[in-house]
Amino acid sequence: MSETNEPEIIFGVYCPPHPQPLLSPDANAGYAKLRAAFDECRRRIEESDADIILVYSTTWASIIGHQIQALENAVWTHVDDDFHYLGSMPYNFAIDTEFAHAMKENSEKRGLEARTVEYEGFPIDTGSVVALQLLNPDNRIPSCILSSNMYSNRAETIVLGKAVRDTLAQQGKKAVVVVVSSLSNRMFTEHIDPAEDRIHSQKDDDWNHKILEFFGDGRLEDLSQLSRDIHGQIRVQKVVAYKPAWWLAATMGQHNNYDGEVLAYEALHGSGGAVITLTPASGSVGDKEFDEDDVEFYRGDRNVLDRGMLE
Amino acid sequence: MAKGQIVAGCLAPHPPHLVYADNPPQNEAYSEGGWETLRWGYQRLARKLKNIEYDAIVIFTPHWQTYIGTHFLGLPQFKSKSVDPVFPNLFRYNYDLTVDVDLAQAMHDEAHAQGIITKMMTNPDFRVDYGTITSCHLLNPEWDKPIVTISSNRNTHYYSPEVMVEQATALGRACAKAIEESGKRVVLVASHSLSHRHFVEEAPLPEDMSREHIYNHSQYVWDMKIIDMMREGKSREVIDIMPEFTEQTMAETEGGGLIWMLGAMGYPKFPAEIYGYQSVIGTGNVVACWDPNDETREHVL
Repeated sequence: MSETNEPEIIFGVYCPPHPQPLLSPDANAGYAKLRAAFDECRRRIEESDADIILVYSTTWASIIGHQIQALENAVWTHVDDDFHYLGSMPYNFAIDTEFAHAMKENSEKRGLEARTVEYEGFPIDTGSVVALQLLNPDNRIPSCILSSNMYSNRAETIVLGKAVRDTLAQQGKKAVVVVVSSLSNRMFTEHIDPAEDRIHSQKDDDWNHKILEFFGDGRLEDLSQLSRDIHGQIRVQKVVAYKPAWWLAATMGQHNNYDGEVLAYEALHGSGGAVITLTPASGSVGDKEFDEDDVEFYRGDRNVLDRGMLE
Repeated sequence: MAKGQIVAGCLAPHPPHLVYADNPPQNEAYSEGGWETLRWGYQRLARKLKNIEYDAIVIFTPHWQTYIGTHFLGLPQFKSKSVDPVFPNLFRYNYDLTVDVDLAQAMHDEAHAQGIITKMMTNPDFRVDYGTITSCHLLNPEWDKPIVTISSNRNTHYYSPEVMVEQATALGRACAKAIEESGKRVVLVASHSLSHRHFVEEAPLPEDMSREHIYNHSQYVWDMKIIDMMREGKSREVIDIMPEFTEQTMAETEGGGLIWMLGAMGYPKFPAEIYGYQSVIGTGNVVACWDPNDETREHVL
């Protein structure tokens, strides 16, 4: 595996998984702002010369390693588990199968368990459907979707991002990379009037603003290093870790040299929804000494109980 | 009108592997078998249910995950294909099922009246989850009874396992009251495993039983503890220990199904019928039934 692979990533997008910006943008002024931000990203993608849109979705949970969507024409009508009353989401996505299969091979070369999924009717998750419908409605650019393994932690997620870099460099493709994730993800547990939507708590809002400040300054690696704190402070403990910043940093480059732009930040049934772009740049907030090590290959969980003493 | 009643409560795990292993015509994938201990247990329980008169199956599934209250299927028919998002290689099942909407609405209304956040699901494009389909297929392969699916409101993650016990128990009591007032005879189904840590790799041949075992011994010991309590009729004690069990074994009881069912049945003091225990890709699964009829209750295993 080349250590000098330098894929061309045109820019990155961080966006929320909730369906309101797609299905009910006019129900709340905030939803409309998020929709406008999605539309602005769509316009920028259309004006770019990207060859692929690559989505990492936190609402596609996998168990058997990392799953990669590989069905050439993924067609279905999706309905969200909670927000089914907002309507259906028909989709027809053109998947870059060449990328998908190479991504699987490169993931395995780096020690990851990975597999492609290529089945008619496979349930593409709400977050991926919302993102691709809004960012690439006419399938102008082929896409690919990666799952978020529910058991994976930092090392696996970092290595997954590096496998993306390997694949993009190998195929010479220019990419827009998309992370689908909330900031704070605690929703209200009762039905609300959308017009009265707000962030669930002041603490969530404060943390979200701090994260947005980092994004705005282009401090992606700093956010990656803060992921465990973010998970503990403002994430409902559904999975083992908050992984989007890990994956995005590993995929785009583990540094702070980005132009960040927060296009919108609004409440989505209490959770923090933001549409953000990160564009590679030459300036930097500065290199720091980080607590979390870098990792190139995944060698499995290290079980401290396996060996009582060093040999 | 005679009072409605719960005629059986089933703990019915839903690994899609079991349907895959059965090779029903509805499933597109083909297998050479596997997981017979569970499948044969399911078959025996299905035969028992054939001899019980009932009107509907009410199933609580952790694979319809709702964060905003408890939702109920609210249209009379659903027909589509269910593809398991985790094991699509095993489960691509063409289903055509009917829903007892009156019963669903009655349970919804009673739960709502008792202060539980509820919602009827009336979008015709909604895809029924694979937990519902797997458990119902294995308990009633003919699909000749209407069902009601109840979603899992994610209280364990949002609050704590203790809150889940309180919420799911309240929901169970509300459902039991609605069933009683409906005059219908109902089979309840809690669709889930016990311990729930998966292997993250799959054998090249998924049904290769030489590769199948529990994830670790701790999970097994916990599962056996719970099953022993079920055998002894200690359902109240099972619920009392549930928060610790759920946390220690990542148990799928976190979804609330067993709590809901035993709450609806008033914490039965009679022994559960045990039909089989086996691991599926590392998770612990038991097929069990609580039969309130002293004359038909059996000592199965």
